[in-house]
Amino acid sequence: MAEISRQTSQRRIGQSLGETAMVPVSLAMGLIDAPLRWVQKTFGLGGMAAFFLLPNMLIFGIFVLLPFFINFAYSMTGGTALFLSDRTFVGVDQYARLFDCANYLNPNTCAEDTFWTAVSNTGWFVILQVTLMIGFSLVTALILNRELMARSFWRAVFFFPVLLSPVVVGLIWKWILQRQGLLNFGLFGFGFEPHVWLNDRNWAFAATVGVSIWAHMGFYTLIILAGLQAIPKDLYEAAEMDGTRAMRVFTRITLPLLMPNLLVVIVLVLIRAVQIFDEVYVLTGGGPGTSTLFVTQYIYETGFAAQLRNPGLAAAASILMGLVLVVLTLVQLGLSRSRDKKGARK
Amino acid sequence: MTKTRTMLAAFAVGLLTSTAALAGDVRIMWYSDGVEGEVLKDLMDRFMKDNPDIKVVIDNVSFSVVREQLPVQLEAGDGPDIARLANLKALSKHWLDLRPLVAEPAYWDKNFGDQADWMRPDGSNQISGFMTQVTLTGGFANKTLFDQAGVALPGKDATWDDWAKASKQVAESQQIPFPMALDRSGHRLTAPDLSFGANYIGADGKPAPLDDGAKGFISKFIGWIEDGTMSKDIWVSAAGSTYRAGADDFINGQVAFYYSGSWQVPNFSTKIGSNFDWVATGSPCGPANCTGMPGGAGLVAIKYTKNPKDVAKVMDYLASEPIVKEFSERTLFLPAHKGVIEKGLNFKTDDAQAKAALGIFVTASTGLSDIARKLPGWAWSDTVYGALVTRVSQAAAGEMTLDEAYSRIDADIAAKVKDSAL
Repeated sequence: MAEISRQTSQRRIGQSLGETAMVPVSLAMGLIDAPLRWVQKTFGLGGMAAFFLLPNMLIFGIFVLLPFFINFAYSMTGGTALFLSDRTFVGVDQYARLFDCANYLNPNTCAEDTFWTAVSNTGWFVILQVTLMIGFSLVTALILNRELMARSFWRAVFFFPVLLSPVVVGLIWKWILQRQGLLNFGLFGFGFEPHVWLNDRNWAFAATVGVSIWAHMGFYTLIILAGLQAIPKDLYEAAEMDGTRAMRVFTRITLPLLMPNLLVVIVLVLIRAVQIFDEVYVLTGGGPGTSTLFVTQYIYETGFAAQLRNPGLAAAASILMGLVLVVLTLVQLGLSRSRDKKGARK
Repeated sequence: MTKTRTMLAAFAVGLLTSTAALAGDVRIMWYSDGVEGEVLKDLMDRFMKDNPDIKVVIDNVSFSVVREQLPVQLEAGDGPDIARLANLKALSKHWLDLRPLVAEPAYWDKNFGDQADWMRPDGSNQISGFMTQVTLTGGFANKTLFDQAGVALPGKDATWDDWAKASKQVAESQQIPFPMALDRSGHRLTAPDLSFGANYIGADGKPAPLDDGAKGFISKFIGWIEDGTMSKDIWVSAAGSTYRAGADDFINGQVAFYYSGSWQVPNFSTKIGSNFDWVATGSPCGPANCTGMPGGAGLVAIKYTKNPKDVAKVMDYLASEPIVKEFSERTLFLPAHKGVIEKGLNFKTDDAQAKAALGIFVTASTGLSDIARKLPGWAWSDTVYGALVTRVSQAAAGEMTLDEAYSRIDADIAAKVKDSAL
């Protein structure tokens, strides 16, 4: 009896606290109610949606659309001046220069050979990094979703690299992989021949892929883990009662129900892979030679770091890269829409 | 109401005070190779004590920030009031003409006139600033390694081949990774190119195609990288024209001979200490001459400053004879100031190796080739240096043949010349 009375009293206190907290909210609502009614009356219900979207669209317009158009304008100009007004209009010359190639598969036959080398490197990087990143993130999420000892600790271990700045990531791995780095120190200690990993084009490329996966895998693992935990447990219980094999459970229950999360992860990983720059710039600087030079570094070098900068050529290259990203996003949108339609038909 | 008014008044006063403080601010963008940042801070503290109305703020940044970010700031009409940098000629249109602002323009002409063209637009008599240090490229040898290997240090007129042969013997005997190292820099590569007879300047004053002199050394250089005589690590460690120094390898006793320049002397004096004996060797000789490449860092005033008079005061102070003398003696830098050089310097170091090395560089500065003297004031130097580094490092990494590298260097430079004409 006393317990019921205590609980009732606590509930009342809670209610009264909630009501008190709602006072400023109610006041604020009262204040904006009249203008909102006026907006709805003037612009209609459709106008209300536009009204609420306006702040976001403004930010999007100023920070995304406007720079895109300015960049496009730059790509139509030549010279070394920075201000658009000081630059000479050259039409599509910068694009023509980028595409001036006898054989696109052999960068050495192109006028801008480093651009095509960077495109080729980025292509290989995207294929390898996206495949491995999805694979490792999925496997890690599946493991972390099981009943493990110190599960929270392991989740933290995989997530920690995400918190590091890309420059720190690059430096840490540089110290490990350089000629007198930790890895060679260890190898030498165990009687193996040291190797200059970052001077070997294949190993350097592998290092960029590996380091990038190490640094970002935790984030994608977390997204997949959230998807795994959203799958109803009773589906697994039913499958267990039917004696379904583990692989079949994975392909028929886990993977289809995880697909929305996986699609998001694939698109995020793809976009990030195409834009790869910071940690690689610190780790290899694009070397040895140009074997880890990616498109973003090419744009940076051409537009900002070269002795005579060429903002027009850099802008043209970044517009092309932007187009690739738009295509990738459209593919993702198409895939998720066709999935939604299929789901609706079922 | 009274409270609100008081707060507004306090805010307004605060705003005015902060604006007033900004009006007397002079920002210096500064990078350091050694201890010069600390010396400058000390000098500026003294200046501010005597000139309390001027507040000097020193932004200490890395060399790459000055090289890569300052040009962008300048193009946008922004940036610090004064900056210390090396590519003075290419950016000369952004420098403030101090001639009408400094106390005695004749003093500047007399003492810094020899390098004035390095930092002003062609054909002008502008006073843009002064060289905080004059540098000269040259070699350093790890004497301890040579002694331990029982290999004699090559003499005064030794050629690049002599040094390569001796360094190789030392490396084999002492089991070090590389016999020789040369900074990943077009400026550094240019010194041996010139000693092999190269001339980058065409008859029209624009860049000439790579000649046999340049090709002669570059082919030798790539051959040395391929056979392990020259450090590969530095040259293949980046793409593009990114600068990489080999100083750390020399400091850690990993190379027998290192080609860099006089600015490394204070760095070696501090970091090597008594770990091993080292000597400056001057520049090895090629078939044409034994030249090094002059250069250095200059302090220039920037024309977008809002406080030109204060900037001129700071520049006058830093360029004054006693301050240049003190700065050079404490930093172990070779000064550009004629009066200071004539009266002599007493470098503030107990390190006999550093003192001897500075002496070697002073002597070597008298043996420069004509083209070496011209290049620091030539508008296209940095363009040529950038193309050289980019393509030579690709050849070093085995991505292209030497002939491909040569034609790419010419094409890159031609494209830059065309771009700049638009």
